[in-house]
Amino acid sequence: MLGYIGRRFLYMISTLFLVSVVGFLIINLPTGTYVDFYIQRLQNEGTHTSLEQIEAITKRFALDKPLYWQYGKWLFGFVRGDFGLSFEFNKEVKELIWERIVYTVIISLATLIFTWVVAIPIGIYSATHQYTLGDHIFTLVGLIGLSAPSFLLALVLMVIAQRSFGQSVGGLYSPAFVDAPWSWAKLADLLKHLVVPIVVVGASGTASLVRMMRGNLLDILNMQYVQAARARGLSESLVILKHAVRNAIHPLIMLLGMSLPSIISGATVVSIVLSLPTTGPMYFRALQQQDMYLAVTFLVFMAIMLVIGNFLADLLLAWVDPRIRYE
Amino acid sequence: MAELDEVLRVDELRTYFYTQEGTVRAVDGASFAVKRGQVLGIVGESGCGKSVAAQSILRIVPPPGRIVGGQIIYHRQVAADGASNLSEMLNLTEMHPRGQEMRSIRGSEISMVFQEPMTSLDPVYTVGDQIMEAITLHQNVDRREARKRAIEMLEQVGMPRPGEIVDNYPHQLSGGMRQRVMIAIALSCHPSLLIADEPTTALDVTTEAQILDLMRNLQKQTGTAIVYITHNLGVIAEMCDDVAVMYLGKVVEQADVDSIFYDPKHPYTQALLRSIPRIGQARKRLEPIKGIVPDPYAIPQGCPFWPRCIHAMPGLCDHDQPEYVPIAPGHSVRCHLFRQEAM
Repeated sequence: MLGYIGRRFLYMISTLFLVSVVGFLIINLPTGTYVDFYIQRLQNEGTHTSLEQIEAITKRFALDKPLYWQYGKWLFGFVRGDFGLSFEFNKEVKELIWERIVYTVIISLATLIFTWVVAIPIGIYSATHQYTLGDHIFTLVGLIGLSAPSFLLALVLMVIAQRSFGQSVGGLYSPAFVDAPWSWAKLADLLKHLVVPIVVVGASGTASLVRMMRGNLLDILNMQYVQAARARGLSESLVILKHAVRNAIHPLIMLLGMSLPSIISGATVVSIVLSLPTTGPMYFRALQQQDMYLAVTFLVFMAIMLVIGNFLADLLLAWVDPRIRYE
Repeated sequence: MAELDEVLRVDELRTYFYTQEGTVRAVDGASFAVKRGQVLGIVGESGCGKSVAAQSILRIVPPPGRIVGGQIIYHRQVAADGASNLSEMLNLTEMHPRGQEMRSIRGSEISMVFQEPMTSLDPVYTVGDQIMEAITLHQNVDRREARKRAIEMLEQVGMPRPGEIVDNYPHQLSGGMRQRVMIAIALSCHPSLLIADEPTTALDVTTEAQILDLMRNLQKQTGTAIVYITHNLGVIAEMCDDVAVMYLGKVVEQADVDSIFYDPKHPYTQALLRSIPRIGQARKRLEPIKGIVPDPYAIPQGCPFWPRCIHAMPGLCDHDQPEYVPIAPGHSVRCHLFRQEAM
């Protein structure tokens, strides 16, 4: 078991290293050095660039040194929390992203929990009541959730929330609370604003998770050991929960690991429509504007999330399935 | 008198599967009886309804299957003090398949060993967990006592190092060992009836012989009655006291094992016996049963065997269903050749 964890951990570290190399190469793909862009930009704005400024930047990113040196310097800074400069915002990257990352993680985790809490019981119900009215209704709703474009769903829900519940929509706070200090009322306001994004972002995920849970469980319910558990005299609910669901949930755990990076990149379109201060829109803009240090920071963060997610999924899987534990 | 020492009587059982393509009459008039402490073999070709009959007894027929007719009478032993042998009659077909009453019988008084040892244990629990599951469910013992009994059961089914195996996961065991575990689970609550649904079909011949030995010995030790389902006549000859022959959902003949092998009455039983090789006989070509098993969606009218029967009587066999009639004590046949009027 320890060997298994150790091996997975080594994979994780080496993958991260490779990702950082590729990421760094990508930001260096466009011709010209970073400082050329920067100077050109400042000149376009009509600002005078002093030699000291240029020298400071050249020195900071080791731009006069070979590429591997630059990489080492960047990596060294990255692990200490120095992510470089965003030349579009003319700010340190780390100043720009933290707040957004916090909000994104809150929204994404809430969505993830919503998805699982809603999808798993529905999936179990659908599988155990296959082809009944309830199953058909959930299938229909699920297909709508799966196929409706999320931005459209966002708009529709915004209209409903505002017209029917008189709620201010868009953003995370009502105007009155934006600059207010933290209080219970502000938290309640935040939670109210989270409902629409969570439902919208979670809709298609929930629908596909329901389908997957239903399909897996139907397969498992045909297995001999489920019938054997019944033949032992176990109650039907114990047969389903203890034997069938536990075996049907493996593929979903794998999926859980893969869904962590979408915490950073996820729901970009929805965030733009709902004007949420998440990382998605900012990442999108950084790519458009070739704001390279900002973009690569997001890229590496997504990779870290993906790799950590997979690592956690591996651990979870080993905990659920002895065949992996004893490999 | 004969009724008294029966543990199970299945009477004109009908289990149908309602699919979109039509109704499959998997079991369509199966009658047989199992005597207390004896082994009944149910033999028949693949798809003749043997397994469904077994699942019907435990009331675990998977949907869209349903018991639509007949009775399954289980005689629960209340007191056995030599002189008086009291038993209580329970009609399993009247019980709710998921109800408390049926569940308390399932796994405890009637248990089952399945065909596929590789898939009949849940891969995510240790074999000990799965034996203990049955023990703690039906017997009022704590986990430590249950674990002790689980290890005893593993020892009883001839498992080497039972104290270690109890903490193993199914994937660490071979097919034969898994089948031993299944037998241990099935016998852990000392059932009065064990249903073995082709327990050795998936095993190699050496392992098969070991498992058969084991089951015979355990049967002698515990006195558990067994319904042994197989398509292997050799196994029947070796294991069973009584035999029921099934064809297309119907039991066509039941008798003691000697009568079946030396004095078979039903043309199907006779044909079945002609199709197996015998040692000591001059070598000649085996005689297969002519024709093929009919499509389960289109079972012929009248006696289901008539299109393949060498004694088929036109106008009778292809028109009327034969009755299941006793022709000697403990010997019943479903064939127009043995109609009561004719005798």
